[in-house]
Amino acid sequence: MDFMKFLPYLVACALVTYLVRMLPMVLVRKKIENRFVLSFLHYVPYSVLTVMTIPDIFYASSNPICAAIGFGVALVLAFFDRGLMQVAAISCGAVLAAELLLPYIL
Amino acid sequence: MTETNSFKKGIFDGIPIALGYLTVSFAFGISACEAGLTIIEVLLISMTNVTSAGQLAAVPIMAAGGSIIELCGAQLVINMRYSLMSVSLSQKLGKSVRLRDRFLISFVNTDEVFAVASAQSGTVGKKYLYGLILTPYLGWSTGTLLGAAAGNILPQVVVSALSLAIYGMFVAIVTPVAKKSRSVALCAIFSAGLSCLFRYTPFLSKIPSGFVIMICALVASALFALIFPIDPQNAEEREEK
Repeated sequence: MDFMKFLPYLVACALVTYLVRMLPMVLVRKKIENRFVLSFLHYVPYSVLTVMTIPDIFYASSNPICAAIGFGVALVLAFFDRGLMQVAAISCGAVLAAELLLPYIL
Repeated sequence: MTETNSFKKGIFDGIPIALGYLTVSFAFGISACEAGLTIIEVLLISMTNVTSAGQLAAVPIMAAGGSIIELCGAQLVINMRYSLMSVSLSQKLGKSVRLRDRFLISFVNTDEVFAVASAQSGTVGKKYLYGLILTPYLGWSTGTLLGAAAGNILPQVVVSALSLAIYGMFVAIVTPVAKKSRSVALCAIFSAGLSCLFRYTPFLSKIPSGFVIMICALVASALFALIFPIDPQNAEEREEK
């Protein structure tokens, strides 16, 4: 991508991300009391991450069946409280294995 | 109240986070390069943003020549969760943390850094925090550079498998919480349904991805905040995962 076209995107992206993190830490000293705001902020991360994962995860690898296998493996590992790195690495391994084996099965 | 303030302990506690980031940022480096960005551009994104979900959403918008407003809107909503973490962490900072330290520490206040810092008993000091953000930052940047540079060398089948890493990490963040909290589980299922609705419905599928994330998250979170408000007393505990 042309760097001069890229630069405004980079600045905007980094600035918004930084302000969102920096302003509350610098400005807010008191605890938030509003129950709706607290509840809303509580659900945001899980909603965002789920929207980003589904259905995109099924198109992440070269084949939706392999991706679905990786997704299943990630779900099971995460359900049993495996760490982030373990879940990410093993689900990748599962997709790789599925991609290599699938031509022989179908 | 005791203050955790050892730089060495910070560095050490940051190592598992950094190792986890290596896999995910490696995958990000590969996919961002495939989307048409240069190695330097991809590295700059990681070094200035330090956020997996936000960066992943930003690349397609940049590559497609989307509007700055769409990009900012998407970043605002996707990264809004950090506001809560920054507010929460601000209550835990020790006396050694000055105002100028807050400007620097908040820059690398990621989900994992926040989780580890919050898990310390008592307050956390600036030396500890600088250590705790240094190793993950290096891991995130190095992984991105390696992925962006080596992506072309690796066989296509490996690249394809690695692109699942970032989603695996998201699954690993949401699932354990959804297991313990029925309302979070329902919220995740509802969000997934909304996301699919936008993807597969003829008219809605034309809406750019950044806006879809924003709309779905706002609707789902507001709805669940109304139906299943959380107990303010336990709010902080729950956020610590």
